[in-house]
Amino acid sequence: MNPFDYARAADPAEAVRLAGARPNTKFLGGGTNLVDLMRETIETPDSLVDVTGLSRRIEVLADGGILIGAAARNTAVAADPAVRKRFPMLARAILAGASAQIRNMATVGGNIMQRTRCCYFYDDAARCNKRVPGAGCDAVGGFNRMHAILGASPACVATHPSDLCVALAALDAVVHVEGPTGGRTLRFIDFHRLPGDRPDIETALAADELITAVELPPLSAAARSTYRKVRDRSSYAFALVSVAAALDVAADGTVGTVRLALGGVAHKPWRAAKAEAALHGAPATEASFRAAAEAELMDAVGLPGNAFKIELAKRTIVATLAGLVRGERS
Amino acid sequence: MSLIRDAIDAVRRLVPEALPGALPSEAPPDPLIDARRVIGTPLSRVDGPLKVAGKARFAAEVPLDGLVYAALRYSAVARGRIAVLDTAAAEAAPGVLLVMTHRNAPRLSPPPLMMADPRGAAASSLPVMQDATIRWNGEPVALVVAATQEQAEHAASLIRIDYEAEAAALSFDAAKPHAAPPGDILGEPTTIKVGDAEAAVAGAAFRVDRIYRTPRHNHCAIEPHAVTVAWEGDSLTIHDATQMVHLTRSTMAAVFGIAEEQVRVLSPFVGGGFGNKAVWNHHVLAAAAARMVNRPVRLALSREGVFRATGGRTLTEQRVALGAKADGTLAGLIHSGVTGITSHNQCPEQFSFPARHLYAADSFLITQSAVELDMVANTFMRAPGESIGTFALESAIDELAETMGLDPVELRRRLEPERDPTSGLAFSSRHLVEAYRRGAERFGWDRRNPTPRARRDGDWLIGQGVATATYPYYRMPGGEARIRLRADGHAVVQMAAHEMGMGTATVQAQQAAERLGLPVERVTFEYGDSALPRGTLAGGSSQSASIAAAVAAAQAVLVEQLLRLAGNDSPLAGLKPAEVEARDGGLCYRDDPRRCESYASILRRAGQDELVAEAAAPPPAETQAYSMHSYGAQFCELRVNAVTGETRVTRWVGSFNTGRILNPKTAASQFRGGIIMGLGLALTEETLFDERTGRIMNPSLADYHVPVHLDVPEIDVIWNDIPDPHSPLGLHGIGEIGITGVGAAVANAVHNATGIRVRELPITLDKLL
Repeated sequence: MNPFDYARAADPAEAVRLAGARPNTKFLGGGTNLVDLMRETIETPDSLVDVTGLSRRIEVLADGGILIGAAARNTAVAADPAVRKRFPMLARAILAGASAQIRNMATVGGNIMQRTRCCYFYDDAARCNKRVPGAGCDAVGGFNRMHAILGASPACVATHPSDLCVALAALDAVVHVEGPTGGRTLRFIDFHRLPGDRPDIETALAADELITAVELPPLSAAARSTYRKVRDRSSYAFALVSVAAALDVAADGTVGTVRLALGGVAHKPWRAAKAEAALHGAPATEASFRAAAEAELMDAVGLPGNAFKIELAKRTIVATLAGLVRGERS
Repeated sequence: MSLIRDAIDAVRRLVPEALPGALPSEAPPDPLIDARRVIGTPLSRVDGPLKVAGKARFAAEVPLDGLVYAALRYSAVARGRIAVLDTAAAEAAPGVLLVMTHRNAPRLSPPPLMMADPRGAAASSLPVMQDATIRWNGEPVALVVAATQEQAEHAASLIRIDYEAEAAALSFDAAKPHAAPPGDILGEPTTIKVGDAEAAVAGAAFRVDRIYRTPRHNHCAIEPHAVTVAWEGDSLTIHDATQMVHLTRSTMAAVFGIAEEQVRVLSPFVGGGFGNKAVWNHHVLAAAAARMVNRPVRLALSREGVFRATGGRTLTEQRVALGAKADGTLAGLIHSGVTGITSHNQCPEQFSFPARHLYAADSFLITQSAVELDMVANTFMRAPGESIGTFALESAIDELAETMGLDPVELRRRLEPERDPTSGLAFSSRHLVEAYRRGAERFGWDRRNPTPRARRDGDWLIGQGVATATYPYYRMPGGEARIRLRADGHAVVQMAAHEMGMGTATVQAQQAAERLGLPVERVTFEYGDSALPRGTLAGGSSQSASIAAAVAAAQAVLVEQLLRLAGNDSPLAGLKPAEVEARDGGLCYRDDPRRCESYASILRRAGQDELVAEAAAPPPAETQAYSMHSYGAQFCELRVNAVTGETRVTRWVGSFNTGRILNPKTAASQFRGGIIMGLGLALTEETLFDERTGRIMNPSLADYHVPVHLDVPEIDVIWNDIPDPHSPLGLHGIGEIGITGVGAAVANAVHNATGIRVRELPITLDKLL
């Protein structure tokens, strides 16, 4: 790990000011990903601005949505009664991630900013366009079981590792950020980027901007929602494929509201817009779910190590939606 | 020449003198094989309170005055030369005392190789940081010593190294055509041929002929390797995490060209060994650096360091071919295959061992060959060979049972041999059929549905499978024990043995207390220090038998001394050693329990505070006279998700025949630990070795998937507890048998659940979609 300066911010304005005053600064949340990357010298900031002292409030808004301070710990969000009642998929997504110890430390803002777990990104003896733009990608011809089947590029096939973010993508979350010139909001589904030819640029956040909160707009269908994570061991493993789904079935048995997002399949939490479109008004049957899944995965491209994820993703979508129809919660 | 071969030769040399006129098979059983006063009681770990309170000091926690800290840099290519080596920035970094590379490292002898040199504890015989040549990807190429660990690691990252890479042998498949049989397999013949097994299989009524593949594995002990070393003049003290204090002492003495007496190795607590806590580069580098900076040095490997600088289980491709007759007996059994090794180690991964002893057949072809790869030296990992050999063999047996329409337990009963099928020796203690009977009853095997994919609960397919567990009985030669019997009626038993979490400190106090006729509270077992009488390595599940034999020998000397000391005023006057037994804190005449005298009384009358007896264990003659193995039956119930292919093991019964169990509490933990490690082998564990570069790509517990709690069901373990009449105390070591058979039991249950036969580990969900 490189030596670095450390400062603790009392509020967002101070955090942005402190960061602006020092070159090559990173904001420090729970440190569960950033500090690991610093130990591996993959991240080499000269200074850290600790933002864990910022708002960690979880607040029910007048419209029925929820505003979550970026410093809220994952454990607290997953345990929050309003979150559990209104957005159960979010609580389940958080609890499907990492370990209890890590969730106790990790913050919502930090979770959104976490970086890929691609093993070639983590090893500076390997080539990685995300670490060193233009260097090449060792994952394409190497171990790519954990890698993308949707939206990848020749430059990068890495995936975003978060579970929490998959739920945020499904729930149309809004990200509140603070920068030197004030605040703004971004749609969560626009927050992360696909790799293209610049996989080193991962989000729409400017270097001097800070996530201050995440807002969940009201969504009555989310009361019946869940998160299904498929992985290589029962706990403490990143998703091969995950599905965040909310489903509202009308009295005539057709799909009313549906929200669907996939994890473990792309460089960003993958909102399954094509599947949602296919499902609107369709009968809430396994046949419809399968057709929607086929539509979503139509453009999927498998690598030797991960081609199985195309069928796995389809099956998991179908099983998750069917489970929601049956009233299963996980 | 291997340690095991050494042991065999030692027996051949020594037995005629040791037991004139007597064959080893005629040696009487240990008089304590049925003793149950202390042995067999579920004593809690004596070091448990220390460990849970964080007061047990491990090698990376030993405080020394003036201690400084080391960090390593590892090579990024598999073969080649260091072309550019720029250490200026590292040398200038804060706190740095030393940057050591091949350019300034002291000239050192290559470490003596384990299993090849009788002094050897090194897992690789390569010289350590002596030249610019790179021999594996991850080889330590530089070491930094600094005032703090963080400074050392930072400075190490500042070293600039460029390589001239050379073509390396990295692809197993590419190397396979060049596979060659090693000269021997740990002292056993490489090939066993009985009759014409190929013809017998080809002509058999029922045939199975399959290829099975197993990947590399890494140990992942909870305690990463660490040494804290200090020189005083030319004497070296090493606080180590090791399974072999004395061999470490002799290895380090050889590397540094000093006498063994100038090296002391202390290792009172080891956080898991599993075969991998031997001498690796970090021992040599830490000691060399400590000499250069003239300060004590700590070198604790990171988890990544453990993967780069120490080896694990190698990969295999195995063929099992079985030809059965209509009555369910075997006309031919073939088990062959290839493993990956290096040019600088001696660890052939003896996957072919189980087939040599398990089943009767009219003909056998058992052989293994190896290819040399440019990789970190593969090494011994819990049941090397047997763990993955039983995966192949026991999967094939299950396939044969299916082909024949026979219950797999019944098939194994029909294959039960009367004598060891390849050596012809009598079994010392087998009782495998009894283990199957008891395990099947406990598990409810008779209620299993033999039809694959026939049981379902919602999306979950339910399956049950079974496989045989087996591991050899070993006892290592050369162990010595000392008993210090005090006038206050307390005994200290000393032997440089190893406590790696399996319960040595507890169980050896128990067996010594039984031997001495003392309450266990009055016996202390001292171990883990090369200043103590010579211990044997804790490997091959041999340590308990090795210690028991040495303690028995020392106790025999003690009895002679006590009788001499007791003299004519004692109730024991005139009795010979064979006529007395240790009981109630003293000695008693066997034929008249009223003729007793306590140790305290004997010593006080003689005016002695202490009596010290020391002896070496006799050579392990029993393994020459008998086929000595442990056996077991592993029963697995699991669920496979029909949608996703996820496997969840839901129930386990392990039923073992391992001689006497000395402590049911620590034994159950060892069995369970082995089974859990087997679940990892079966379902999740694989070291990702990138064959383009020779780089291990998952050197972390996040990416190398050992089982987590949620992967492990309740594990029920039972044992026959039948003493082996030919081993000390009737015991067999149990450190390794638990992992054997697990891979096949899982694979067989997966097949029962899904109808899919997976012949390549690990059984990940993509293989079941």
